[in-house]
Amino acid sequence: MMILAYGAVLLSFTSSLLALLTQQRGMLIRFSGHCLTRFPGWQPYETALRKALSEHRYPILLKRAVFGLLGLSGVFAVLAGLAALMSQQVVTDQIPLGLPWLPWHVRMDALSGFFFLIIGIAVGAVSLYGPAYVAEYQENQHPFAVLGWFTGLFVAGMQLVLLADDAFFFMIAWELMSVASYFLVAFQHENAANRRAAFLYLLMAEVGALAIILSFGVLASFTDGFTFDALRLSSLTPTWASIAFVLALLGFGMKAGLVPVHVWLPEAHPVAPSHISALMSGVMLKVAVYGLIRFCFDLLQTVQWQWGVVLVVLGTTSALGGILYAMMQPNLKRLLAYSSVENIGIIFMILGLTMIFMANDHPQLAALGLLAALFHAFNHALFKNLLFLGAGILQHQVHDLNIDAMGGLIKRMPRTSFLFLVGCMSISSLPLFNGFVSEWLAFQTALQVNVLDNGVLRSLIPVAAAALALTAALAAACFVKVFGMIFLGLPRSRHSEKAQEVSDPSMLYGPTLLAGLCFLFGIFPNLIIQVLNPVTHLVLGSTLPNAEGLSWLWLVPVSANKVSYSPPLVLIGVLIAGGISFYYLRRNPDTKSMRRAAAWDCGFGGLTPRMQYTCTAFAMPFRRIFAKVWLIDERISKDTQGVQSLDVTALHYQLQVEDHSWPRLYQPIAQGIHQLAKQVGRIQTGNIRIYLGYSFVTLILMLWVIS
Amino acid sequence: MSWLLAIVQTLLFMALSPLLAGWLKWCKCHLQNRRAPSLLQPYRDLLKLTRKQPVVAEHASWIFTRAPYIIFSATVLAASVVPLIAVDLPTAASADVIVMVAFFGAARFFLALAGLDIGTAFGGMGSSREMTISSLAEPAMLMAIFTLTMTASTTNLSFAIEHVLNEGLVLRPSFVFALFALILVTIAETGRIPVDNPATHLELTMIHEAMILEYSGRHLALIEWASQVKLMLYGVLIANIFFPWGIAQSFSGAALGYGLLAIVGKLAVLALILALSETLFAKMRLFRVQEYLSFAYLLGLLGMLSHIILEAAR
Repeated sequence: MMILAYGAVLLSFTSSLLALLTQQRGMLIRFSGHCLTRFPGWQPYETALRKALSEHRYPILLKRAVFGLLGLSGVFAVLAGLAALMSQQVVTDQIPLGLPWLPWHVRMDALSGFFFLIIGIAVGAVSLYGPAYVAEYQENQHPFAVLGWFTGLFVAGMQLVLLADDAFFFMIAWELMSVASYFLVAFQHENAANRRAAFLYLLMAEVGALAIILSFGVLASFTDGFTFDALRLSSLTPTWASIAFVLALLGFGMKAGLVPVHVWLPEAHPVAPSHISALMSGVMLKVAVYGLIRFCFDLLQTVQWQWGVVLVVLGTTSALGGILYAMMQPNLKRLLAYSSVENIGIIFMILGLTMIFMANDHPQLAALGLLAALFHAFNHALFKNLLFLGAGILQHQVHDLNIDAMGGLIKRMPRTSFLFLVGCMSISSLPLFNGFVSEWLAFQTALQVNVLDNGVLRSLIPVAAAALALTAALAAACFVKVFGMIFLGLPRSRHSEKAQEVSDPSMLYGPTLLAGLCFLFGIFPNLIIQVLNPVTHLVLGSTLPNAEGLSWLWLVPVSANKVSYSPPLVLIGVLIAGGISFYYLRRNPDTKSMRRAAAWDCGFGGLTPRMQYTCTAFAMPFRRIFAKVWLIDERISKDTQGVQSLDVTALHYQLQVEDHSWPRLYQPIAQGIHQLAKQVGRIQTGNIRIYLGYSFVTLILMLWVIS
Repeated sequence: MSWLLAIVQTLLFMALSPLLAGWLKWCKCHLQNRRAPSLLQPYRDLLKLTRKQPVVAEHASWIFTRAPYIIFSATVLAASVVPLIAVDLPTAASADVIVMVAFFGAARFFLALAGLDIGTAFGGMGSSREMTISSLAEPAMLMAIFTLTMTASTTNLSFAIEHVLNEGLVLRPSFVFALFALILVTIAETGRIPVDNPATHLELTMIHEAMILEYSGRHLALIEWASQVKLMLYGVLIANIFFPWGIAQSFSGAALGYGLLAIVGKLAVLALILALSETLFAKMRLFRVQEYLSFAYLLGLLGMLSHIILEAAR
């Protein structure tokens, strides 16, 4: 198990090292020549080697090799995760690296195993997709060496975070992950906007890391040592535990993109290469969720219900805010980034429920909640990866990410559109897809609120459930908009009119894998729930209320006479109903074929793409209903001519939708820091005598302190 | 036996729903001093449509031609979950009430996509409005239903209705709130006055009709039938959750016959009330609908809170 995990990490390191060889073709040719003269036995391979090193073949082969190694790392990660989940063992190890008296502690248990599974699947899909996607980058402008190097480091960093068993190693791995992803966000750095986004990301990642270090520090001050085993033994007073929790929540929440510390997400995700945004959104946010679960449920041992309330409130706000902001975005990847905020909000909300149940001595219901949260994290990794990879294909083929410039692509890109549809259905939590199952479990958790004694909690949780229902409905509306505007209707621009299906089918393998998994786990959710039971047992010491009731057919989380759901039966029912109606209605050969004609459109005729609803128009009712949520700047100006300017020649419509958190939270902080800097600047007079005076006073003070 | 009964009950659902639509129209015509079409007119319309060759717009993709089947089967599945004449159905266990709401979500998802598929302004308008209204109505509906499921502590509709039956006639404030919330949601979700007008083709006001404007032949028949089933399903929900008396608890012939009579009677009364309200009220402006639906949402929430505070207090 440990060997598999190490293998995964080493393979991703190797892939990053291999990527560095991109520029070194000349050296390799010399080296191979040297080898050939040294070892005459290698002569038969000479032509193959020459061919591989030829100017044309070499970059392609290298890219394949790099992504191949990355994919292999993903496979190893999946195997390691499955091994950890199946064996239910906890394996620990020490690596004699780092400082001599501080070896790195390593631990693999079911919780890290599950997240290894998530990473593995996502990295596998990305590495199938990657070679064709990066082929379009110009080598001199966007060197592959940089991309491959940091991608490998990024993946290795995420895997190491999951393996870490002491605070030092955890932070080193965490920083590796953050910094490597910073370089990936800044990869296309020729645009000022990209550099700004990357800087914002780095800034927030570092502030978050600081908060995590402080939270570890709080724990460590109540015990000796920085290993997680020592931290587990620390006995904190409730106040200090709460302080540690708040710091951890700030740190991990910043990485996960919880409102109001989510602002880096919609900036950084659109500018990173698509397969990187898929990894960041699909996996890195989950690593932050892992961090919070590890910290709160494992290291802190006892949770308090007030923390659960905080998480429920923050999660609900993030879920609703995320989806409402997503609705307004015309840029596809920005929209997907905001939708990640929404999904992370849902996960945090369910984690909050878990804490509340746990603190109120209902460990089985807490297990149900944790299971729902982890399952949702898994599902989100699948479908968000799928959608980001789809967005990458669209960017590749349409050369645009603006939803309003697309349209009618379902006929030009049939396979992509089908895969994208699966992603949209899954994220809108329609039945038969995996997104629905986790949301259903979340509702079931929330509906068990009757067991609680606290009246405030019993009224709060149904409100959260209602907000979850609203979020789900808004998500469906948002993704109807996305799919409808991009793939249906008439093309809105020349680019989308000329768009074609991807020429390299390997680009579709990754999305196909993910779409297949979305459907598979929608029909057989118990496959995942069974492997999640050991995780809840490890973290909470308890499994599902009805753990024996799991079979391939029925999903019975609580007890048989309360709730049950059977996706296979539903699938059979849908197939029967759809099949009968389909064949019965087409039995008459005269009317079987459909007649194609111009659209009726109430007899107006003359359909043009400009008559269609755009994404802005589609979201208009939402913009009016929830107007308070955004800062909306809507301007309509008229060009007029003629007598008294009565003839309107053209109308201009401008819409700017902004996030409240900028003027409310970040600008005051930025101004505050600015003010502070000015105050500090006052002592910087630039006069050498004053500085000498400072030194003198400091010296006197120090001497006084020592004596 | 029980599986057979479940299938028969679903078929009954399908068969009776056009009759309910005909009865509703009949009541409405008589209330408005018009001559009513025959009660069987909806059946004739559906049959006529299935015999015609469908005309499909030239830009339409497979979404447009497959959507009616998806919408229809999702609605049938939703109907199979709801107890019509008897409780204790095996199908109710395969999908609970949250899944039922999600079936409607799936049907609506594809209907809205089909509306966008042709690329007309009407289709887009209909889809946009439908998604807006439903995204406000769906949580309100879940709130109302959660009140019931929390009282019965199950989300399985069959068990929940049995629970209400066994409790006997108890006046619960939460149920009154939930009943009104569900009625308001029903009107919005089935596209009746004052939210939408099923009889109109006036371009600025239509919602549901705008999306299905391009449909013809068997496709239109499926969508029309599905919306009739949906109307009946909401009626059955109101009738059987809040007034479950009469529903068969055993599978004997007499009990089932009595159950059938009871539900037909209850639905007839509900349709009469709906016809009356449609005659008395005018359609709302689109942007008043949000106030209407937030009121429904609030009622649902009040129902749930009164359940938690008043009824389940300890």
